[in-house]
Amino acid sequence: MFNTEYQNIFTQVQVQGNPEWGMDDSGEMMAERGGKPWFSTLAGWIGNAQIGPIYLGWTGMVSLATGLIWFVMVGINMLSQVGFSIPEFIRQLFWLALEPPSPEYGLSMPPLDEGGWYIIASFFLLVSVMTWLLRSYLLAAEHKMGKHVFWAFAAAVWLFLVLGLFRPVLMGSWSEAVPYGIFPHLDWTTAFSIRYGNLYYNPFHCLSIVFLYGSVLLFCMHGGTILAVTRYGGDRELEQIYDRGTATERAALFWRWTMGFNATMEGIHRWAWWFAVLTPITGGIGILLTGTVVDNWFIWAQEHNFAPAYDGAYGYEDYGSYEAFIGKED
Amino acid sequence: MLPKWFNEWNKANPTNVFGPAIAIGIVGSAVFVAALLVTWGNPVQTESMQTGPRGTGMSVPEYNVARKAEDPTVAGYSSAPPVVPGAGAARAGDVIDNAEPLLADLTPENYERIVNAMRTWTGISVLFDGEENYQTVVARRMIQMTQNLNENWAGHVNVNGDAGVNCYTCHRGEAVPSDVWFNVTPVNENVGGWAADQNRATSMSSSTSLPSTALEVYLTDYDSQVNVHDLESRVAGVPGLDDDVHTIQKTEMTFSLMNYFSNSLGVNCVFCHNSRAFYDGAQVTPQWSTAQQGRQMVIELNQEYLIPLKDTYPAERLGPIYADAPKVGCRTCHKGYQKPLQGMNMVADWPELASTEAPVYE
Repeated sequence: MFNTEYQNIFTQVQVQGNPEWGMDDSGEMMAERGGKPWFSTLAGWIGNAQIGPIYLGWTGMVSLATGLIWFVMVGINMLSQVGFSIPEFIRQLFWLALEPPSPEYGLSMPPLDEGGWYIIASFFLLVSVMTWLLRSYLLAAEHKMGKHVFWAFAAAVWLFLVLGLFRPVLMGSWSEAVPYGIFPHLDWTTAFSIRYGNLYYNPFHCLSIVFLYGSVLLFCMHGGTILAVTRYGGDRELEQIYDRGTATERAALFWRWTMGFNATMEGIHRWAWWFAVLTPITGGIGILLTGTVVDNWFIWAQEHNFAPAYDGAYGYEDYGSYEAFIGKED
Repeated sequence: MLPKWFNEWNKANPTNVFGPAIAIGIVGSAVFVAALLVTWGNPVQTESMQTGPRGTGMSVPEYNVARKAEDPTVAGYSSAPPVVPGAGAARAGDVIDNAEPLLADLTPENYERIVNAMRTWTGISVLFDGEENYQTVVARRMIQMTQNLNENWAGHVNVNGDAGVNCYTCHRGEAVPSDVWFNVTPVNENVGGWAADQNRATSMSSSTSLPSTALEVYLTDYDSQVNVHDLESRVAGVPGLDDDVHTIQKTEMTFSLMNYFSNSLGVNCVFCHNSRAFYDGAQVTPQWSTAQQGRQMVIELNQEYLIPLKDTYPAERLGPIYADAPKVGCRTCHKGYQKPLQGMNMVADWPELASTEAPVYE
């Protein structure tokens, strides 16, 4: 009754044997692969049990090094702000931040303690992210793959660049960038929406939400469908694309009977890729327009007739009394 | 132990008992919890106070446990009705040695009555025992402050039913009222400008990472403006360089102040605002105006009455970092309630505190 093992969240079959090193057709490619491969049963529960080797390459080296510099720079700045007290650093860790420059500096280079460190750290982060992006391209090329992952990551990098580079430059102030801190970047997000008259009335923010939630829905539908037809070989998705078997037929029938339309073994991946990629692309457009083209999205929405009006009184006096609310009404 | 026929039958009929056991366990637990909820009631029931039109989601929810519980300091309040003076009644200043000059025109009965009440309300037994106690000097100014509040700030303190204020509204039996505040910024070391005033859990940021400067600026500076929004869909300018283009940083300061407001009153954003357009004067509740006036009132209290008393206080009453005078904010009176002392009338018995004019006894 309850022994249907495919309902388990963990991978049911683990393969462990001699570590796979990858091909080396040119005879030179092994040089960049480092780390002795090993097997982790824990990792095997959620993915491939083999850990390593890792292909570092010059892009990986640069990216990790500059990323580490950024990380340490942010951390030391936080530590400095609490007077180099380790207990206080741990206690305030989620509150602390490396803040962008104060507003009065515009796009100029501020003193180190008023945002200068932020500019330097951001430069290293920029190098780190861009080389990692390049790395995703070069590794795909090396494997003679399509560049889909590169473009998908580029979509996320677009949003990152809008937030930290393009928009601050267009606004004329580095103070518009996002602080590096756990709670402070959330404060920034809320303040950003409030400052510009409610980001929920930004149509590109709407689109971004549609694609984000859509991605979640598609991921869930696709994952569920494939797991459901794995017993018929449905997990061999690529073979099923060109040689449609009973797994595909059943999955397709299920959805066609459920909602009149079904994706294909290939099409579902295009759906998923575009939904995922469009999330940061539309979001980035929305952010880029905010403060540069539109300064109050609610008023903009009223001007474009999609902020509804509500009838009724404002204030609790028209709906009850404070005394009644606290149960003290005479 | 079990009969042989049973063991044999059991061996011949293997059955997975775990599946049904888990199913029965889950269903049984659900039924048990449901039965508890139905018979004992939901332990975390809430009630909501609607504050705006249907469809806007404007309501202030509160747990019934908190909603129905009386503010414990209400019971601790003591009051005494005034003694209406007869014709030719004596004057306290003529009868009582070293009578407080500010109260010298009262009758001796009413003088004793109000001094005793003030001693009870503040827990300071030596009040008005002479000017060698700094409390006497402070109390004199506090009486004037209370009279000013009741006389000139009725738009805040009597906006929704007669309430008024007296010493107890802030003091609640304590010499130093709870929830007074002191300057703390900058809060971060080795850093200047904007970053020095925020990103630290402090009492002045309500333990958020928002700026700790909100009260220092918005509750003491007459010229400070809280608003940050542009009132047109497009306004040109560079934030920080053009004065009328507000920054994210100023928005965070506003957010910090608003967070303090809502914590002080035990309410949420939509008690005053329609959160879809925080700035829009056409979509705010009357409480928004009351709060606006409250902020102006608090600035006046701090600037005219409390900050100038700095040199009167002994060192231990001053701020821990900058030795500044204790200041008030919303929470000093409200203490987490929409209406301080849940709307109790604090001035009905005390015409002496209602006005700077001579009290009118009825």
